[in-house]
Amino acid sequence: MDNSKKKIITTPICDEQILDLKIGDIVYLTGMLATCRDDGHRRVVESSRFPNFDLRGMSILHAGPIVKTTPYGYEMISIGPTTSRRMEAYEGAFIEKTSVKIIIGKGGMGTNTAEACKKHKALHCIFPGGCAVTAATEVEKIVGLEWEDFGMPEAFWIMSVKNFGPLIVSIDTNGNNLFELNKSTFNIKKDLALREILPHVHFSHN
Amino acid sequence: MVNSKLESIISKIIACTAIELPTDVYESLQTMQKNETQPLASELYSCIFDNLDKATALKRPLCQDTGVLQFFVKCGTKFPFLDDIEETLIAAVRNSTKSVPLRHNSVDCFTERNTGDNTGALSPWIEWEIAKGMNDLHIDLYMAGGGCSLPGRSKVLMPLEGYEGVVKFVFDTIVEWGINACPPLVVGVGIGTCAATAALLSKKALLRKIGTHNQDPKARDMEIRLKNGLDSIGIGPLGLTGSQSVQCVNIEFASHHPATLGVGITVGCWATRRGSVHINSDLTYTILSHANSI
Repeated sequence: MDNSKKKIITTPICDEQILDLKIGDIVYLTGMLATCRDDGHRRVVESSRFPNFDLRGMSILHAGPIVKTTPYGYEMISIGPTTSRRMEAYEGAFIEKTSVKIIIGKGGMGTNTAEACKKHKALHCIFPGGCAVTAATEVEKIVGLEWEDFGMPEAFWIMSVKNFGPLIVSIDTNGNNLFELNKSTFNIKKDLALREILPHVHFSHN
Repeated sequence: MVNSKLESIISKIIACTAIELPTDVYESLQTMQKNETQPLASELYSCIFDNLDKATALKRPLCQDTGVLQFFVKCGTKFPFLDDIEETLIAAVRNSTKSVPLRHNSVDCFTERNTGDNTGALSPWIEWEIAKGMNDLHIDLYMAGGGCSLPGRSKVLMPLEGYEGVVKFVFDTIVEWGINACPPLVVGVGIGTCAATAALLSKKALLRKIGTHNQDPKARDMEIRLKNGLDSIGIGPLGLTGSQSVQCVNIEFASHHPATLGVGITVGCWATRRGSVHINSDLTYTILSHANSI
């Protein structure tokens, strides 16, 4: 998409930048973005240990990248989003404890996250899953590394990004949930499809 | 011992599989892009192909999750380097982790520490098959990513639940879990006696090329009905709705115990990464999965 037509959100994010966004809207992110997935969520929520990076008004990416160590520092090789639903049990508490404003991942999240997004005015967005080289080319620089003890995928990588996206809003600040809406349509269509197929698979030795 | 010539072949198929899609998956996505009618879904297919172009140009893994490496080895009883295969596969994985590079995806059980080189207990995973009287070696490589491994499951049905039960199990799994696993999915379904055999057969079904069908006419009919039925749900790329849902449904089966009907499901994401290489007894080889291998 032409850069001038993109809706770009810049960190630090204030509520006014995201309150009008609705599920299905497409935005891009410029500024600071940190990876945080299963182990990072557990450390923040269960142990109340925080990375040395203030997440207030910031954005996290559910992702475990491939990073190369070079003589000049870390180089981002490949960084697509990971399945957000794995973090569902912790995300509400994570939002409350950190005041993070945008959570980026892939696939949907559940009611726990949707309620926290509504209460604390935060968003869940998805980056197209698997498009990891595209995402890596939108990372300007890796500026920090926390929690290296988790190993490469789970560590907390702090990055500066430019026009990072497309990001499709899947939970908005009113708690509307795109994937839950889609899923109810899919379930209705699933029942219709089953009604069509089942009479044709009644294999038996009668 | 590690056979360096064999290792270079394995390393080549590992790099190739991480960076580029196998030809059948690439072509199936092209067809789905052409047949897509919804604007957001079409835009997402453009993102997918843009990413594939960048991965090829920069020679980088097209998805950051290069998975746990799983090898399906079919070795002739007269292949001269049979004793070298296991150690060579492990060495190739360890060295490719640095050279490609691959993500570190092997976590020791109980200590939960990442080994950092993609090797560990039974890692890489190796499945063996013997080809009686043959002197060659065939290897299928599958990179089992986390996101697309999550929906996988198998269940033993009561026989009276019938194939209707099999169909419902597939649809429930895809709608509840598959939508988060980077659709359009490649769907492997296994039918057998127990949870383990059904699961293994579902993986073998996943390894079969898109566009091929089971030779059994009833299984083939079920493959087509399942695909059409899933497509009618309109899951679309990345689960964000579209005019189609899956790349294919492949079924493999084994005769089952009269008192059980096991069903397994294994799915691959849009970026299903599998590689296939045929190696002769003189270690000349042909890559079968990637028409224009890098």
